[in-house]
Amino acid sequence: MSLVFPFTAIVGQDEMKRALLLCAVDPRIGGVLVLGDRGTGKSTAVRALAALLPPMSAVVGCPYGCDPKTSNPCEQCRAQRAAGNTPLKSAKVPVPVVDLPLGATEDRVVGALDLERALTKGEKAFEPGLLGRANRGFLYIDEVNLLEDHLVDVLLDVAASGENVVEREGISVRHPARFVLIGSGNPEEGELRPQLLDRFGLSVEVRTPTELKSRVEVVRRRDAFERDPAGFVEQWRKTDAKVRRQIDAGRNQLESVQVPDSALEQGARLCIALGTDGLRGELTLLRTARALAAFEGASQVTDSHLQRIAVSALRHRLRRNPLDESGSDIRVERAMSEVFA
Amino acid sequence: MIDPRWQQALGAAALFAVNPSRLGGVVVRAAPGPVRDAWLEALTKLLGPGTPIRRIPPQVPDSRLLGGLDLTATLHAGRPVAERGLLAEADGGVVIVPMAERMGAGTAGRLAAVLDAGEVRVEREGIASCWPARIAVIALDEGLETEDRPPIVLMDRLALWIDLEGISPRHLDPGPWDVSAVAEARAAQASFEAQAFDADASDAIEALCRVADAIGVDSPRPVIAAVRAARVAAALEGRSEVAEDDVALAARLILGPRATRIPPPAESPQSSESSEPQEASQSSEPTEPPESSASAESFEAASPPSPSDPGQPDLSDPDQAPDSIDDGKPLAEVVLEAVRSALPPGLLAQATDPRKTRSGASAQQRSGRVGAVRTDPRRGRPNGTVRGDPRRGPRLDLVATLRAAVPWQRMRRRDGSPTRVEVRTDDFRVVRRVQRATTTTIFVVDASGSAALNRLAEAKGAVELLLAECYVRRDRVALVAFHGQNAELVLPPTRSLVRARRSLAGLPGGGGTPLAAGLDVGGAVADTVRRQGDSPLLVVLTDGRANIGRDRQPGRPRAEADALLAAQHWRAEGYAALLVDTSPRSHPAAQALALAMGARFLPLPYADSSVLSSAVKASVSGSLGAGRHRHGHTHADVHPQVRV
Repeated sequence: MSLVFPFTAIVGQDEMKRALLLCAVDPRIGGVLVLGDRGTGKSTAVRALAALLPPMSAVVGCPYGCDPKTSNPCEQCRAQRAAGNTPLKSAKVPVPVVDLPLGATEDRVVGALDLERALTKGEKAFEPGLLGRANRGFLYIDEVNLLEDHLVDVLLDVAASGENVVEREGISVRHPARFVLIGSGNPEEGELRPQLLDRFGLSVEVRTPTELKSRVEVVRRRDAFERDPAGFVEQWRKTDAKVRRQIDAGRNQLESVQVPDSALEQGARLCIALGTDGLRGELTLLRTARALAAFEGASQVTDSHLQRIAVSALRHRLRRNPLDESGSDIRVERAMSEVFA
Repeated sequence: MIDPRWQQALGAAALFAVNPSRLGGVVVRAAPGPVRDAWLEALTKLLGPGTPIRRIPPQVPDSRLLGGLDLTATLHAGRPVAERGLLAEADGGVVIVPMAERMGAGTAGRLAAVLDAGEVRVEREGIASCWPARIAVIALDEGLETEDRPPIVLMDRLALWIDLEGISPRHLDPGPWDVSAVAEARAAQASFEAQAFDADASDAIEALCRVADAIGVDSPRPVIAAVRAARVAAALEGRSEVAEDDVALAARLILGPRATRIPPPAESPQSSESSEPQEASQSSEPTEPPESSASAESFEAASPPSPSDPGQPDLSDPDQAPDSIDDGKPLAEVVLEAVRSALPPGLLAQATDPRKTRSGASAQQRSGRVGAVRTDPRRGRPNGTVRGDPRRGPRLDLVATLRAAVPWQRMRRRDGSPTRVEVRTDDFRVVRRVQRATTTTIFVVDASGSAALNRLAEAKGAVELLLAECYVRRDRVALVAFHGQNAELVLPPTRSLVRARRSLAGLPGGGGTPLAAGLDVGGAVADTVRRQGDSPLLVVLTDGRANIGRDRQPGRPRAEADALLAAQHWRAEGYAALLVDTSPRSHPAAQALALAMGARFLPLPYADSSVLSSAVKASVSGSLGAGRHRHGHTHADVHPQVRV
């Protein structure tokens, strides 16, 4: 296995790193859209995240990696349970981070008949696709703006429902497909469809560092990694492990974090001030703030948590205002300074 | 006599050949012809026999590029057989892409993913595979226009950019490197790496970052590539440590061609001037011994030898202003000097043309070429097949459908059907089509004051001329007029000449100049147009002297400030725009406005609807990335005006 660049060794890009970590703490935040300049480590960060995540416990032999304790298992696990094989045998496995390569065809994404078995034995059997493999993990699409529309539709549908339904060739399969969708892209290479934008929980913008010092550091670390990957990974092992423990602690604490009424109100006020459509913005705002509080070991959500994640949670939900020339970041900041005054 | 640029191109080939996949590739800008062929031949020789080289035809289908199901072998073997695509076949070698400037974003994205991962991941047609593909890409850029370039996703990952344009095919000397020198360097580098021998290159890294900063190279990828290239250059010299020359060479070959701004002046300007001839005289010495020392000789930066001082550079000085970059930074200085001679010609013009600055470039891309492609089931050119239902409109692709049905026959026969080929709904493959988005030209016309009336007539004339051609190109035209206190959309986007004539005929004029209101309405129309999937182009006819603000109150300072804000909004949105200064004597206000909106500026003191119409046409094709510069006539008077 080739070594990946350690997550904590990524220079700067704090907003992107935080968004990814918070989705790891609470997958219900609804994914991250990473937009930005070339060569800013978008893909590197996602691949690094895969190596950073604490392992999860999964039913042995389950194609979807079901949680042995889940209330919503796949058909196979359900049958096992019904047969009284409880508790199901489970093992610690790495959290899946599945790459959706460009050029993937629909049958491999949603799953289709097993070609091998159809050819050799003439049997109908379902072979899970990438969505099945990504269950309980992350699904990463680099250059999301280049993905074909019909695939985007499927992905969004499944990501929202948490379930993949395949009707094909007389077989009918439904299986859990709960994953965090991570998309990355460069707006210069093609605009994203607006429907796609607000389906992502968070949206972060990454820019190339302008300061010489951090640019030198970026190149230096990359060079060090290339020359001695094992040594470099070892050097960052401790800091990576610390973040991993923090994710774990955050997950355990998530349910006990209090969201006071004042925070709910502030969130609502912020969304009203910005005129965001629907409730999705508010929900994401609060979930993300709670995940941040849990990640930092706080017992309740405060204004500071809201303030730090508001831009990521809201910037892609604003309507374009022809009379306001400022960018969406500035508009969110401005609304915040009014609401949190 | 040998062209130093040819020498440099050969040097790049040698550097690349030592470790192709580490440098990502080469962008070769040249028309097809003997020079390019000679370079490719030289490169092939340097790569050595046995290196896989594959050419990618334009519009290559995914099944060939990435791989997929080999249907013949599958049917023969009775089990799924995967077929490697071109990229996997080229593992350990080089992929050549002709006409790279015409490459679509999709292909570029696929190549970029493979370059990054060093493997091809395929999830297609029932096949899930991963093949090693440590490849490098040679992108043959045949674009005629400066902006006709391969997709930036790809260019960013290909370290070396060379330009063979204008090199005489008569003296194509084979160059001092041969395949054994390259092989030696390859072995040397491998052994240095195995022994962890190649020492830390902090000074080189810092120098390269400083240079990238000074010449406006933003992406970190080229800098990382330059560090790698410096190591390769050292290996080519048989050195284990990166020397000053290696860094200078790497910077010149990799950072130089990417410069987007002129570096701050050096302390000794004469050295940069003397650099070229000196270099030429050096490289033209035919008696030079080959291999080992040759690369240093032919690339020797002609800057004065300054003491290399590895212990000195300190990072603790972040406030270093660009113009003080030379203070006590010998390496960065030397390298910058070397790069200076390799700066692309015409950089000054580019740097001062606001449309080509960063935001300008992105605006241009957004306005047409890349983003605005529409898929419609029945129109446009075919672009592959997808699973689908022919009853909903698209055409059935019979061959693809049969291909899709064939592997399942055995299973289906078991279901009790006869022996004929059985095709089911799931197999249906339909032709997917893509269509270029059309352009909607939005005229925003100053109809204030009595003097503006003839300008209005002129705009009407230009609109009609454009409309006459629009029918052919399927473009649309809209007209916003502002006068008195308001701006209104006189002619909503239309393709209909009759309708346009009718609404233009009754257009009134006179009154104040609510410029900001006009720009706001124009921007709103552009936004709608873009949402419909068209590319907007805004053409403003005004003298830039607003006197009615957004609050509809008279007052020049307030009104002009409002207009500037509205103009900045256009720029932020990235609308392609052309500002026609209609005043008899050009006024700075109009130029300032053009700069603020990122528009091209065209002073047009005399009413002439045919000149206007051709300028707009030039902008339309320019905003679509196809040759703004061909229409030099109007540009000649544009550029000097913009350089303020």
